[in-house]
Parts: sequence; C-alpha cells; structure tokens
Amino acid sequence: MLAVFKRELQSYFYSAIGYVFMGCFLVIAGIFFTFGNVIQASSSLGTLFSNITFIFILIVPILTMKLMSDERKSKTDQLLITSPLSLWSIVVGKFLAACAVFALTLVCTGVYVIILSAYGNVSAMEVFVNYLGFFLMGSCLIAIGLFISSTTENQVAAAITTFGAILFLYLLDSIIASMSSVTMLGWLCTALEWVSLFARFIDFSSGILSLTGVIYMISFAGIFLMLTVHTIEKRRWSEG
Amino acid sequence: MIELKHVTKRYGAKCAVNDISFTINKGEVLGFLGRNGAGKSTTMNMITGYISASEGQILLDGMDVLEQPREVKRRIGYLPEQPPLYMDMTVEEYLKFVCDIKEVRKKSQKAHLDDLYNLVKITDVRHRLIKNLSKGYKQRVGVAQALVGNPDVVIMDEPTVGLDPKQIIEIRKLISGLGENHTVVLSSHILHEVADVCDRVVIINKGQIVAQDSLANLTHGIGEGIRMIVRVVGPEKPVTRLLRDVPGVKDVETMGVKETGSMDYLVESDAKTDVRRPLVNAVLAAGYSLLMLKPMDVTLEDIFLQLTSEEKGGY
Repeated sequence: MLAVFKRELQSYFYSAIGYVFMGCFLVIAGIFFTFGNVIQASSSLGTLFSNITFIFILIVPILTMKLMSDERKSKTDQLLITSPLSLWSIVVGKFLAACAVFALTLVCTGVYVIILSAYGNVSAMEVFVNYLGFFLMGSCLIAIGLFISSTTENQVAAAITTFGAILFLYLLDSIIASMSSVTMLGWLCTALEWVSLFARFIDFSSGILSLTGVIYMISFAGIFLMLTVHTIEKRRWSEG
Repeated sequence: MIELKHVTKRYGAKCAVNDISFTINKGEVLGFLGRNGAGKSTTMNMITGYISASEGQILLDGMDVLEQPREVKRRIGYLPEQPPLYMDMTVEEYLKFVCDIKEVRKKSQKAHLDDLYNLVKITDVRHRLIKNLSKGYKQRVGVAQALVGNPDVVIMDEPTVGLDPKQIIEIRKLISGLGENHTVVLSSHILHEVADVCDRVVIINKGQIVAQDSLANLTHGIGEGIRMIVRVVGPEKPVTRLLRDVPGVKDVETMGVKETGSMDYLVESDAKTDVRRPLVNAVLAAGYSLLMLKPMDVTLEDIFLQLTSEEKGGY
C-alpha cells in the first residue's frame, strides 16, 4: 500500500495536477479569506470553510479523475492487479495519496490561522474541529471521485461525472427543502437527508466536535472505497 | 508446475477460451501459439490472475490462482502485450516501485536491480524518463519488471511485437537465456520465434487447443509423406512421368524454372520409403541431368496452417 501511495503522490507532482489543485484551492480560499476574514475583521475559520465548500465541486474532479481510469487506459492496472498487492491496498493507497495532496493544501492554509491568531481570538479546539470536518468532507468526496474513476477508462468522463455527483450533493439540501412541502415525498426527503454530506459539515463549521459526524464521514468514505474495490473485482469476473 | 484444468472464459455469447487444459512443466520454455484473437492473451491474463476464468481451475504447484492469489502472484512475473509502464517515472524509479509492490527486500533491491539492468541491458538509460525511451528499450524495461523478484515463472505476451529485427533478436536471446533459470511461457503469432526459443508448443485456435507437443514431435507427426525438391534438366512432361513412376513416390508437382534450362519438381513420397536412391538412378538412366535434390522439412508454418486453417477448423 505504501508503494502505491508514494507512487501516486509522486505522480501528482510530476504532472501539473497536484499544482493545479493546490493553486485553485489556495487562490479561491485566499480571496474568501481576504474579503471574509481580513477586511471584515472576522476570526471565524468555520465561516471561511462554510463559504468555500463549493470549491470541492471544481477541484475534487481534478484530483480524482485519473486515479483509476488512467491505470486502465495505459494498462498499468495489469501490473498492479497481477502483483501480490490486494485490491484494497491498491485502492486505499491511491485514496490516501489524493487525501495527502488535499491535506498538504490545508496545511498551507495554516498561515490563515497564524494571521487570525495574531490579530484576534482563535480557539485552538475550534480550529482543529473546523479543519477535521473540512478534511473529512473532502476525503468523502475524494472517495466518490475515486469510485467514479474506477468505472471508466476515460479521464474526462470521470471528471464530468464526479463534478455532477458533487454538484448534486452540494445542492441536495436545497432540493430537500424544496421537496419538503410535498407530503407524499416525505420518505424521499428522509432518505436524501441520510446522504446529505454537506449538512453534516454544519456542526464542524460551528466548532462542534460531533462523533456521529466523524463516524458518518469515515463510513461514507469507506463505503465508496468498498464500491471501488468491488468495481475492479467485478471487472475481473466480467463476461460482458 | 502450472496446470490448467478445463478453463473457459466467456464474454457474452462469445467464448474467448473454451475448455482448455494443459500443463506447463518446471523449467521449460513453452510457446503459446495462435492467430490474433485466438485466446492467447485471455489465457495468459487468467494464469496471472488479472482476470478470472468463467469455469475451470488454474493451479500453480497445486495452489489455486483465485484461492491463494498472493502466493501465486508472488511467483509469477508477467509482461503483458503492452508493457505496463508509468511514463512519468524514470526507469530506476519504476523498477524500484515494482520491487516494492513485489515485496523485494529493501536491502537486496539495489543489487537485484543492478543485475536486472545488466541482464536486459538498460544500465545506460536507467535515469531517463520512460516516456522518452525507444520502443525497444520500453520493451526491455517491461521484461525487467517481469523479472523483478526473480519469479519462478515468467509469462510474456507477444514480447517482440513492434520491435525492429535487431531488437527482436536481442529479446529472443534474452528469453532463451531466461529458460535456464525460469519456467517461461511465451505467446506469439510469429512461428519461427517460437521455433527458435521454445521446447514445447501449445497451439490455440478459436479458444481451443488444437495441438500441444514438443517441436520435434509436431514436425514429425504432421504431413503424411516426405517432400523434396528435385531440379532436373529435361522436358517437363516425360520427367514428371518418370518421377511419378519411381516406386514410393505419391505425387509430383511442377514448381517452375528456378535455374535456366532446368525445372524444379516437388516430389512427395511415402514416409516409410526412402525414394532418393531409385529416383536419382531413374533420372540418370533416362539420360537427364540431376542438378539438385533437397529434402523439405515440415515447418511450424505447415503445422500451424494445417491446424488453424478455416477449412479444417481445429479439432
């Protein structure tokens, strides 16, 4: 697993993908930090993270589009699958590499915390919870992107589908709200609330460490990793 | 060492591999021969565990590929038709990565890689990016990755496709050398390649095995008679009649003029009778001159065409 993780992390920075991801994130986050925190003299990191959750719609597809699809297209999956590595270690290695790039990007935003703590009151616990929630949510979306990438060998198709899936999750709360007036669809609203990832982030952005939220997000990512392994395994057995 | 038992792989209605069974013995170089689309790659992908068989069982020293994948995969090195190379890595980085995933101990990696560089002659390009290498070098890096971890079995799917003649000779030499320490399975649709390097041949056509034997046995068993080319100076019809009348001769066919003033004939005789002496005597006694008598060996091409031709249709 460590070998796959290292190779994947390396490949992010051998190509432009790692830099594009980090660049996009930091530019958008920087704009929101400047106008939302610095100019408005707010020390709330939670507000900043809440305001920039839309960023995932744009940048997660960049990070995940080639993770599995490129292996299939260039046939390097033959090397991985015929090696003694288990499918789980391949998938988890790749997932952790994408998460590491995301984590590295978040580390760069640590400078915001330094600035905020220099000029205002910042609670270390609140900052930790904000970061934890934001990282876990990003990881869940990366898991979705990884799964979608495993279903196709076309990177562009993977990116567009991931974009659509995250956009759907982003809009899910508005969709649920608009549907709630229809009594007949109550059951559907309840079902959709279960998969509303962005709603789970609200507690974290308010600085509340919710164990349920942590478990929910870890399980959410775990399910998509399992689906990814299942997709690859199914293809090996495919008779289609 | 490797045993395939009634292995079938279906893709929808199409049967890519249909109930094949054969054994690969320890230490042999086995040629896996078939036309494009005959089922060679599918079979190799199943042996290496890349895809699963729809039916049947594949065993390596008694271990099932699907039940004990880790143990089996540890002992197999695989070079697929398209070498699985990461273009953004240097040769050294790539092979180190392969060492890691194939669980080669860190301590012995350097020495192992140095041996591989020398064996496949890539020492001078080891710091170059794989994407900048020529096709021949990429293929060698592919061979090197198959040999990482010194596996007992090396499986190569059409290793010389797309290479220039010099590179082909080099890769073949390399494969012949591998046969000394490894069990090698080599697929190809190029017949003389298999004839050059393999001890035994399995011929597959339309997903079914149509022959499996040593090269000597295959070339011996095929064809009902012995064929030879005879070059005679003399009028065509009387010479043909004369040759046909030699006891043991089954058929005579005119092949045309290859040397001015003479004619070449393809003479097919009964395998049990040596017709050379009576044939030479008959030609000379009739007053014609004999310029050449050349026995024609049955080639792998003959076997291959006979076994895989549409008309005869396999089994």
